[in-house]
Order: sequence, then C-alpha cells, then structure tokens
Amino acid sequence: MIKQLIISIIILNFSIASGYASDNLTTLRGETPLNAESTPPMMPKVLNKDIKRKRNYPMQPPTIPHKIDNYQTDLRTNKCLSCHSRKQTEGSQAPMISVTHYMDRDGNFLATVSPRRYFCKQCHVMQTEANPLVGNDFKDIDELLAVEPTQ
Amino acid sequence: MTLTRRDFIKQNAIAAAVAAAGISHPVSATNLVTDISRTKLKWAKAPCRFCGTGCSVNVATKDGRIVATHGDINSPVNKGLNCVKGYFLSKIMYGKDRLTTPLLRKTNGKYDKHGAFTPVSWQEAFDIMEQKFKAALKDKGPRGIGMFGSGQWTVWEGYAASKLMKAGFLSNNIDPNARHCMASAVGGFMRTFGIDEPMGCYDDFEHADAFVLWGSNMAEMHPILWTRLTDRRLSSPHVKVAVMSTFEHRSFELADIPIIFTPQTDLAILNYIANYIIQTNRVNHDFVSKHVNFRLGNTDIGYGLRPEHPLEVKAKNANKAGGSSPIGFNEFAEFVKQYDADYVSELSGISKDKLQKLAELYADPDTKVMSLWTMGVNQHTRGVWVNNMIYNIHLLTGKISTPGNSPFSLTGQPSACGTAREVGTFSHRLPADMVVNNPKHREIAEKKWKLPHGLLPDWVGAHAVLQSRQLRDGEINAYWIQVNNNVQAGPNLNEETLPGYRNPKNFIVVSDAYPTVTAQAADLILPTAMWVEKEGAYGNAERRTQFWQQMVEAPGESKSDLWQLVEFSKRFTTDEIWPEAILNNHPEYKEKTLYDVLFANGQVDKYPLSDMAAGYDNHEAKDFGYYIQKGLFEEYASFGRGKAHDLADFDSYHASRGLRWPVVDGKETLWRFKEGSDPYVTKGKGFEFYGKPDGKAVIFALPYEPAAESPDAEYDLWLSTGRVLEHWHSGSMTRRVPELHRAFPDAVIFMHPQDARDRALRRGDEVRVISRRGEIKTRVETRGRNKPPQGLVFVPWFDESQLINKVTLDATDPISKQTDFKKCAVKVIKV
Repeated sequence: MIKQLIISIIILNFSIASGYASDNLTTLRGETPLNAESTPPMMPKVLNKDIKRKRNYPMQPPTIPHKIDNYQTDLRTNKCLSCHSRKQTEGSQAPMISVTHYMDRDGNFLATVSPRRYFCKQCHVMQTEANPLVGNDFKDIDELLAVEPTQ
Repeated sequence: MTLTRRDFIKQNAIAAAVAAAGISHPVSATNLVTDISRTKLKWAKAPCRFCGTGCSVNVATKDGRIVATHGDINSPVNKGLNCVKGYFLSKIMYGKDRLTTPLLRKTNGKYDKHGAFTPVSWQEAFDIMEQKFKAALKDKGPRGIGMFGSGQWTVWEGYAASKLMKAGFLSNNIDPNARHCMASAVGGFMRTFGIDEPMGCYDDFEHADAFVLWGSNMAEMHPILWTRLTDRRLSSPHVKVAVMSTFEHRSFELADIPIIFTPQTDLAILNYIANYIIQTNRVNHDFVSKHVNFRLGNTDIGYGLRPEHPLEVKAKNANKAGGSSPIGFNEFAEFVKQYDADYVSELSGISKDKLQKLAELYADPDTKVMSLWTMGVNQHTRGVWVNNMIYNIHLLTGKISTPGNSPFSLTGQPSACGTAREVGTFSHRLPADMVVNNPKHREIAEKKWKLPHGLLPDWVGAHAVLQSRQLRDGEINAYWIQVNNNVQAGPNLNEETLPGYRNPKNFIVVSDAYPTVTAQAADLILPTAMWVEKEGAYGNAERRTQFWQQMVEAPGESKSDLWQLVEFSKRFTTDEIWPEAILNNHPEYKEKTLYDVLFANGQVDKYPLSDMAAGYDNHEAKDFGYYIQKGLFEEYASFGRGKAHDLADFDSYHASRGLRWPVVDGKETLWRFKEGSDPYVTKGKGFEFYGKPDGKAVIFALPYEPAAESPDAEYDLWLSTGRVLEHWHSGSMTRRVPELHRAFPDAVIFMHPQDARDRALRRGDEVRVISRRGEIKTRVETRGRNKPPQGLVFVPWFDESQLINKVTLDATDPISKQTDFKKCAVKVIKV
C-alpha cells in the first residue's frame, strides 16, 4: 500500500514536471499546472463611477460606465433608453445614443430608434474592476501622430 | 485626482497658449493635426475573425499598424454593424505575449519531451519535425501521423493542409475542429438532401413571419444576425419568435413563445410537430408527393464512446448508425403518432398549450417560418437526427427554399463552411462534397491534382475525438495542430486529450499566435501570423465566400499556416512515402519533393506575382515566388464548377463583399433547389433536391432516445457548456483585449437560486464542479444573464483557468462523430 502510494507520488511529480506545468511558457493560467485547479478569483465589482472612458477609435462603441444589474430589455421595455434616448437626455444628462442608431439597414433615418439597435448590450458592455491578464500593445491614432514625421 | 470640467478647460487653454506663443512646437501640444498626408488612413475590407455570421469589417492601417475597425456599411450581411467583439478586432493581434519565434522543448541543447521551451530557428524547428514525422511514417505508415485543423483556417490553408495530408503523406488522419461544431449539420444535410449547406440565405430574415430558435442563443453567439431578426420582429408586429432552450438566456428577451425543455427531448418535440401537422391535415401533399421520399432510420445506435464502453457493447446498431430503409407516408404517420401532446408534454416539461402554439407556426400554411440552430442541435449524441427532423417538418409543409421559409443551420466558425466543409478537410471528405471511400471521387481528385491513379488512400481517417484516443493509445505519434486550441476545446480532457499530448511516444506540434494551453501541452510551438497579417478567404453560413488582403506584417518570425504547410512539404520526397508500385508505373514522380508534386505542379504556381493587387504585401507569395493563394484557390475551385458548388474567379472576390455559391454566369444563388432562383433546377420541376439521384429529399422516421449520461442520485445536475458574447471560443484572442476581459473576466457556474440554496451556496461562493471524469473550481452565479431551471447548470468554456472540459463526457453522435458538450451529469460542492 505504502509502496503504491510512493509510486503514485513519483508518477504525479513526474507528470507535473513533464509538460503539465507551465515550464517556461506563461499562459493565462499562470503557474497552475494543466492537471491542477487554482482558486478562482473573487467575482469582481462592476465599475460604477459614471466616468466616461476614452475610445480606442471614434467608431468604437463606448463601454458602459455604470452598473446595469436587472436592467430590463425585452418586448415590453428597454431600460437603457429611459435615460439615453433623445427625448430623455435633458432630464437624465446621459449621452444621447448616436445618430447612427436612428438609421435602418439602408441608412434612412427613422422617427425613433432603429429596431436593429434595440439590444444595447450586443455592442456596449459594462466593465468590472478585473485587471487585464496580459498587456495589449495596441496604439491609437494619437500615439502614432505624436511621433514627429521623419523626413 | 478628480478634475472638474473647469480645471480641465483651464489646463488645456494654457497648453494651447504655450503652443501659440511659439515657445515649443511639439505635435502633441497642438490641438489638432489636420495635415492630410499624416491623418489619412488606409482602409481595406476583411470578414470578421470570429463567428460564422461573416460580417464584413473595414480595417484602417497607418504606419504598418491597425488603428481602427468598424462594421462595413457596404456589406449586405451586417450593413455597418459589428458586435462588441467585432468592434474590438483592432486589438486582437496586439496582446503583449504574441509568440515571435519557434519554441522547442529542450534539455541541455537537445530536444527533450520533458524539457523547457527554448527559442529555435525555423530551420531547427522543421528539422526536428521532419525527423519525428519521418519516424512515425516509417514505424506505422500514414496512420501514424495526424493533423488537427480548423474552421478558422483560410480556404487555401485548409486546402493546402488537406492536399498535403491526403495526397502527400497519403493519410486521411486530418480533421478540423469543425468536427466539434458542425459535423452533425453536415450529416443532416447529406442524409436529407445529399448536398451540404443551407438552401436559404440571410435574406430570409427580412421575409419570415415566424422564427424558431432550436437551442440557439443567437443574441450572444450570432449577435448581428440577431439584430436582423430583432429588426424584423420589432418592425413588423405580426412576426412571432419562439425561443427554445434547456435554460433561459438573452435570446428569451425577444421571445413571444419562450420554451424551456428537458435536455434531449427535442427529438420528441420535433416528432410531436410532425404528428400535429399530419393530425390537423396540414401536410402539403402536392409538395410531398413530388419532392420527398420517406425512410426509417436505424435506432439504438450507441453514443460514440470507446467500443468497450458498456453503452456501446449494449447498442444494437452501433456499427450501422447511419443505416435506413424505405417506407411510405402512412408508415411515417403511424411512426410519429405516439408523439402526442400528452406524452411529449410529460417528457419535455412543456405545457400542451405552448406545444400547440409552437406547432402552429409550422402547420399554418400562411406563416413563413425560419428555423435556426447551432450547437444545441449539433453538439448532441443524436445531432444528425435532430437536423433530419427539423428538415422533416419543413418538408412536410413544403416550407423550404423560398424567401422566409427556411430551415437554417447557423455556423459557429468564420470558415467552417468555406474551409472545413467545402474544401473537405474532414477525415472522410474531399472537395465539393466528395468522400475518400468512393473510388470515383478519388479518381476525380487524382486527375484534378495531376497525381497518379490509385494514389489516394481509401480509408476514413481518425476524426477529432478518435485522434485524441489514438494519441493516448500511442497509435498516432506525430501530430500537428493549427488554428485551434483543442486541449481547452476537446471533451474529457483528463482522460483523453491531455494524456495523448504528453504520451512519451508522441511528438506534438502547435501553430498559434499566442501561448495557449494547447501550446503548453505541446513539444514544438510555431509562431503564426493571424487574420490580416496574411491574405485570406473565409466562407460564411449563407455560402458567401469573402476575401481579404494582407494589411500588416506579423510580429517577429511569425509565418502563416499556409507558409508553414507548404514549406514543410519541401522536406519529404515521394520515394520516402508513396508506394513503390505506383512510382514504378509513373517514374516521372520519382525523386520529387512533395512540394514539387503538390504545389509546383503547373497549376498552383501558375499565377505570377504581378497578378497581386498593388499596395498590399503578401509574405507567402514573396517567399514562394508566385501568387500561391490564387493558384491554390483556382485549382480548388475547379472541383466545384459545374457541380453546383461553383465559385467565381479569384479576382472577383477581392472586388466584392463576397458572393454566395453557386455563382453561375457571374450571378450568385440566394435560394437553392427552387426553380427560378437556382440555375441547377431542371426547368418545369418547381423544386429539385438534386443532391439525391432522384431529386427528392428524405423525411426520416427517427425516435426519441435518452442521453448518454443523465443526472442520478449522486451526480444530480445536468451540465451544459457554451460561449458568452464577449469571448470567442477559448478566449485566446478576446481575453487579451482588456475591454472584453473586463466585461467578462472569469468563467462562473450559472445556477438556479433554489439549487444554490439547497447546497448552502450563495452568489460568489467557490465550488467544485465534479463529474465522473474530473472537476474544476469556479464561483456561483445566481443572478447572471443565463437563468437555468432547477436541475441544470451552465459553465462557459472560454476560461483557460477553469477548463470545464475536464468535466465533460466524450460521447459523440455515432453518425457525425460530434461531441455532445451540452449534456452530462455533475455534482456541485462548496469548497
């Protein structure tokens, strides 16, 4: 029995040392071997400070700077529009949805928000306080323009 | 520090004054750069890198970098829209941990399976790879090697891979990850229609009066098609939407008829609808008598587990799973009669009232109905059956191949259709729906490829799950994975996938852009160019083939999958691999490299570099000295032209936002099998299902059979896995985009609040999710976007820190060999 246990410990160690562990390759799993489980991070809080964020480029849908827990969006109602639609923005002081959201598939302006834009969360997502797992080297256009022309 | 709006304006005014006074003049201090020579962006089009919808994206580059992406207003698919993933495409290539050099496991300067990853040159990488592939070929022949590719390969990458494996190495052990995703859809098409891919197209969205989602969560998985469906539903109040699933999800927000059903009972529900159509006398007898045959399918077909598994031993028809025999309409009517409202309501948990409302959408002759499905149907141990049975109800009513009447099989990956299916990168397929075990088909392929008669192997190769089993069993010893992350994606990771990758007998090569868990489990990693770092072509779910140009250079020494495949072929000669008898009969093929006979064959190398569009680089063409993408595409396209798979000429795809095949006389085809819209239909026939010899589609009589594993007293919950909107598949691209990561950072287990209370769990608690095969640790979510009923939990699989496929079961559809990732039994325990 003890012998068996020792053998299985040896096998376990061997397997960890032979490709299950991260070796010198860093994956998004960090140091946890492929055949082991780490403690999952705590569920992060949603950033809820209503501070607008810079967009990476003008066409990027802005991320949502507040909580959207239990926001109803269905056949009866769209809670997002109760602040962000044209007629509500004076009262809410929330940004009005973009003019593109009033256009149909063929670019014609409709009287109200286009049904194709009805489900806001397909493009606009809230942000949690989770830290990025790895950096991103994307440079926006201003970073490139900030470099003096070389001629 | 908080800055008020006034402070902010004051600071900016000072900066502007400094700039105006000429004290300093850095560009950064000026308020706005307006010089057109500097602000002009170079825009080009590309299909999105992610799902099978195939949205077109405009990509802006400046100084060799991508600076912006947005939805292409000129694309009929998405008309200017993208989903959140698509809008962040600009950032997917710039994760800080891009692989830039080949990495080989080494100890003391030599390859060692247990060594540490060490940067090596391409020369050294290919040297060891050559050695290992040659050793495996020598030891076991063509069955000793294998390749696992992808529905994310470009058309010519999949074509080059398939040609290299099947015609070069004479091994059919090549399969795409589309096996996990679309194989049951293919099986359904081939069985019912004899030809693959949907008859309808996305234009159906604007014509249908009713939509039925069979297990699909389009709101998250096909967001832009969901916008088209939403547009139709909300613009036209008469339209009805039925959403069916085993748990409530975002698509239910638009549901007029929301339906939660017990897993696996979709089989019974479909027979109920067929029975309802017959009992209420709404069969389109004119259509059925002219265009339909009836067959009785084999039953008790097993669950695609290892042959020694008790469920396989017990199954009567495990080896004849796809068999069937002819019957008539009356026998079919008799067969489905038992699926009445009482029985099916009891079995499925759906009220009789809802069942009838659902059935009416199909039965009512005045309602044009579109059925939509993806993984809920395809990842199913009876996935081919469910595909067949959805076609059954469209065929009984003649609601097919006309605008708005459309059984529509959605696609998961950007080129599951264009590459995996049309090119035929499956272990049993050749281009244009041909198969390896048909001698006529092999002969056609040999002629097209200018190869000697009798060369191509006649055996069906190992499919995805079988490859993992054969790696574990030491039968496949040299293995190459491209554009996918199968250690994360494949089922039953602990028992099947991982032991095979780390089996000391095996040498595993992974081509990827990022260090995935599959790369980690490998022995050699090849850094790979992705998306617009190469010229490419994808084919989407509506048969639309779309091209893009290379727009930027890949980092470091990264090379495209195409370059890797073709360059590697130079390392082998025909004499080493091909049978001596064939070479003796055809001495002109002797002492040639595989590169010579497969690529420098007068066809693939036919087009000069001058054919390339000005203003775009092309790293493969430059290296090989000819326009290789064009040569591969034109050779491949010759398989389908005149055979109802007609692709247009190469250049027209760069000039358009894609074309839907068959493209005949420059015209794309919107609805197949219907006279007037499909040029292949014989005049006067009305409809013709020409994939079948007699032009008739097949309605199959198939029963309800239980799942491979269901909850019991110990493992008391159903587990379904799947995706979330913000992440694509295993997250190797999207989790490196900070905005997408912050939107959905870690996997969770979605659970009914009562199920949580019964286990003394609260939202956020750490739990173990345990099956008979393995376990993960995660946290409980009781208030999220998915709301499972009691008795079922949902865990997304994008998170490589929570590998849920340690828990899943490798039961597959015995016909399609596709895994059921939606059903197994688990228990959940507080940590």
